[in-house]
Amino acid sequence: MTKRQSLPARLVKGFAMFWWDFLVGDTPELFIAVLLIIGVVALLSLAGHFNTAAVIVLPLLAVGALTLSVRRAQRSSQRK
Amino acid sequence: MVLGTAVSSGVVVLVGAVFLACAVEMVEALTIVLAVGHTRGWRSAFEGTGAALVVLTALVAAFGPALVHVPINVLRLVVGGVLLIFGMQWLRKAILRSSGLKAKHDEDEIYRAKVAELQSLGSTVNRDRVAFVMAFKGVFLEGLEVVITVLTLGTSAHRLGLAAIVAAVAVVLVGAVGVVVAKQLSNVPENAMKMAVGILLVSYGTFWTGEGLKVKWPGNDLMLVSFIGIYLVVVGLLIAMLRRSVPQRSSEVVA
Repeated sequence: MTKRQSLPARLVKGFAMFWWDFLVGDTPELFIAVLLIIGVVALLSLAGHFNTAAVIVLPLLAVGALTLSVRRAQRSSQRK
Repeated sequence: MVLGTAVSSGVVVLVGAVFLACAVEMVEALTIVLAVGHTRGWRSAFEGTGAALVVLTALVAAFGPALVHVPINVLRLVVGGVLLIFGMQWLRKAILRSSGLKAKHDEDEIYRAKVAELQSLGSTVNRDRVAFVMAFKGVFLEGLEVVITVLTLGTSAHRLGLAAIVAAVAVVLVGAVGVVVAKQLSNVPENAMKMAVGILLVSYGTFWTGEGLKVKWPGNDLMLVSFIGIYLVVVGLLIAMLRRSVPQRSSEVVA
């Protein structure tokens, strides 16, 4: 028999599950891509002071991430 | 002063993003509440809705003022990142639905499924716990997305009051229209709205991620409008690319 969790434990678990579903869900590639985008732009802007490069790279990487995620969904639907 | 100069492009985008995002979430919540109310009675549906609204209000009261004390660059970076993820998830879904790779969100179908699920559970004489929980969960989860949208967009733009008012207008407007049209929520062009919201959220996400990382955008707020244009073109191209592949698959299936 499994032990029933206490209310605070269930609330914390539910809260964590909500954020996991909200941010990762079935598109972990988008979550990872955004972390990478932040890392690259931080290197360019904060460490390297390459503002123009950061202005170009940020939206370009976002477009790339969206395209890759859509292509991934397309491939997965073609396999079905 | 001319209205156009007084109202910055950032404010217009903020109002549009908050209104559309809240309207979409409200349609989804309303579908569940209507299904619960018509099937199991309105008392439990309203009680579940009311309880969810109380919890949401408490969350806003607890976390809203705290967000104001977070350093603005940290807040914008976190909000920018969350909006990028959230916006791209919405855009991805809207692109897949527009190209036919994913079934469109059909509120009538969801309504029918919820009604069937509730009817299969049998009727209750006293307090209807199932109806209460279902209405609560529907309103709370969709409402939480509204709260996150309003808090993140509002605080980062230093316009939390405006964001809250716009959200309230969207919720009341969709609620009133929804009650009038009752079971015809499928007539709402939800996918087009979702796509517009996705483009606005990704544009804001890009802008604030940059601001949080001290990127100096050329033209400041006007860059938001450029992002909307860029993402609009990208979304159009992705839909066209996917649509070309979908008929080929259909013919392969037929053959």
